[in-house]
Amino acid sequence: LVCNGPLKYVKLTMKAAVLIQRWYRRYVARLEMRRRYTWNIFQSIEYAGEQDQLQLSSFFSFMLDNFTHSTHCDLPDLISQLLDPVVDPWLDRETCYNLIPVPESYTGPRLSFPLSVSDTNALLSAFKEQQTLHARYVLQLLYETKKLLKQMPNIIHLSTSYTKEITICGDLHGRLDDLLLIFYKNGLPSAETPYVFNGDFVDRGKKSIEVVILLFAYLLLYPDYMHLNRGNHEDHIMNLRYGFTKEVMQKYKTHGREILQLFQDIFSLLPVATVIDGKILIVHGGISDQTDLDFLSSIERHKVGGNKQPTLILLPSSIHALSTHFYQLSSLLQVVDILWSDPKTQDGCSPNTFRGGGCYFGPDVTQRLLLQHGLQLLIRSHECKQEGYELCHGGQVITIFSASNYYEEGSNRGAYIKLGRELVPRFYQYQVSRTTRKLTLTQRVRAAEGSALRALKEKLFAHRSELLAGFQQYDLNNTGSVSVSEWAQVLESVLRLDVPWRTLRPHLTRLAPDGSVEYQSCFEDMGPGIPLPQVTPNLAETLFRYRTDIEIIFNIIDKDHSGLISTEEFRHTWRLFSAHLGVDIDDRAIDDLARSIDFNKDGSIDFTEFLEAFRVVHKLDNKDQQLNGKT
Amino acid sequence: MAENKQSAEAIVSDVHKKIRAAFEAFDFESNNTVDAREISTIVYSLGCFPFQKDLHDFISQVEENHSGYVHLDKFLPAMTKVLMEHKFPPIPEDLLLQAFEVLDKEKKGYLEPEELTKYMTQEGEPFTQEEMDEMLTALADHEKNHIYYKDLISQLTIDPDM
Repeated sequence: LVCNGPLKYVKLTMKAAVLIQRWYRRYVARLEMRRRYTWNIFQSIEYAGEQDQLQLSSFFSFMLDNFTHSTHCDLPDLISQLLDPVVDPWLDRETCYNLIPVPESYTGPRLSFPLSVSDTNALLSAFKEQQTLHARYVLQLLYETKKLLKQMPNIIHLSTSYTKEITICGDLHGRLDDLLLIFYKNGLPSAETPYVFNGDFVDRGKKSIEVVILLFAYLLLYPDYMHLNRGNHEDHIMNLRYGFTKEVMQKYKTHGREILQLFQDIFSLLPVATVIDGKILIVHGGISDQTDLDFLSSIERHKVGGNKQPTLILLPSSIHALSTHFYQLSSLLQVVDILWSDPKTQDGCSPNTFRGGGCYFGPDVTQRLLLQHGLQLLIRSHECKQEGYELCHGGQVITIFSASNYYEEGSNRGAYIKLGRELVPRFYQYQVSRTTRKLTLTQRVRAAEGSALRALKEKLFAHRSELLAGFQQYDLNNTGSVSVSEWAQVLESVLRLDVPWRTLRPHLTRLAPDGSVEYQSCFEDMGPGIPLPQVTPNLAETLFRYRTDIEIIFNIIDKDHSGLISTEEFRHTWRLFSAHLGVDIDDRAIDDLARSIDFNKDGSIDFTEFLEAFRVVHKLDNKDQQLNGKT
Repeated sequence: MAENKQSAEAIVSDVHKKIRAAFEAFDFESNNTVDAREISTIVYSLGCFPFQKDLHDFISQVEENHSGYVHLDKFLPAMTKVLMEHKFPPIPEDLLLQAFEVLDKEKKGYLEPEELTKYMTQEGEPFTQEEMDEMLTALADHEKNHIYYKDLISQLTIDPDM
């Protein structure tokens, strides 16, 4: 840049500005690229996790198939009770909530039924102040909600002619902050502000109970202006895996089980669809080419689980007529499609392999269904979108998602739709920000990236043996390295995650001087928590990979939620589980493991400590934190 | 001679792989098509520093008949040419520093947000309000709200090799 006089100076300034603009725009584009990759990682892992559900469900059915043989453990009975409640959700459970004493010292809301606005306001303030609603009121609220839901049809029909505008919200996943933000921006539910909440109120977030209590409270207060659709997470198996069950048990130690049972009933009684003005269909997941709204209206929805595995247990000892089987199965499939399907751009309808349940439905399927029923729009949720909403199928399908920052701080906005009499949707976006200082784009991308890469590395570690076996197939001379393509190929085939491995390579592994990948470096900065002396590597890895399932199973066994199970129970369960997985674990290895965990030799295992051992430690975490201290 | 030819082919093949990887990140339906609006991000991420005008020209070159979409079969050869010919080379750090120093008339060593805003939104290929807000949030030191450009250049130019 050379300056030659005043006129040239003006030109110079312009040149300088252009240069800086170019540089900065490029910098932002790079960040956007990284954000995109990070998003792909989160989404792939999330859906792969949902696929793992199959593992657990099929394990349960495996157990039940074998339950006649196991006389020592009543675990199968527990599981069958959990999966197929002996009590029909329709029937009234015995709840003696009025016998539960509420201490004087309790400063939370004391609800009185029928609810009034002062009750819902009390709940709002209480939850903002981090208070917990007393179990007695929770049970009463749930009991009343169940009574109300029994009167509702499978498909709710609404009309805009009686109301100003209807607000439609998507997934909340236990994010109380987002719900409160929506109420703040849009107004509390009322005759002037009716709402439809489109499922997935619970799981993943830490305040599922508070979210769902508020939603049910408003449902009781304004049954004509508050509408809830069922989501795929309104299901007890999902709740076991994704945190709702745990949250209930932690917050309500004494009455947790009873509360959960009522939730189970309520979830199965939630309507599955809402239709506005006979023109707009709202369901949680989507549709399939088999979707039949008339059939859907007629089924007994409480008899149908939302879980995609048809392991709704028909007790082996009873004999059902073939027609009942068929009816149950087709009802189940209709509901599963509604709760699990995703739209895709290509025509046609195919099984949703990503999720392991429901379908991928194309624009032709949408077109046909809308035409068939005289509808003009399908509104659904189920998928996280960066802007909180997205249109597809030529505008005939809208995805609405209301949990902002779902994957990580700054990952996405939340949104809701407002619909007036003209039935033209208007979108409102928001983003909850936990920090008072606004994070820069760089910080947000870095944080999300770090999180995603950690999750990815854990996946690699969990499949270490398989991966090493794969690499060794290409590395016959045992040099410790393979080419980048070979490395990527092994990862693709073992992990089956749809992420750009080649692009992520620099974050995951080291290159040798000749440009080949030193594959052992994938696992270098990861390691198990506390090394258990007698544990063989294979066992450690298997335990690590299935730690979520194991935790779920242990939670079922641990009836009194003491955190302890007997060594015998542990041994027995582990044997069954490994038999089911087809993992060859020496019996003695299990016994050694059990003994080494039982530190005080009293015959019981603190399984929380046990799981801690299999939590993965990120060895480079401390170093990373120091480096990231600046920005 | 044969060796040279091989390494030239290997280079082109590498370039193709890089271009494909970047393209795939925005190919949401895995049908080798991306929205034309994402092309600038892809071009930048492949190491290029084009002017806006260059970008517009490039996009109209590869876009599918004003459909708003770009197919890989048009994008790949065009982008390969750009990379092999180094059409949009990176800005050397010292040049960038000089550019900032030109704008920093009082030679303070930093720019005030108002100063930078004036230049970025009125000169050259102007920023939108949104771009400006984001830039200020990203670059301004949060205590004094000054833009210490010298530190920024080295910090922000370092990229992991993609």
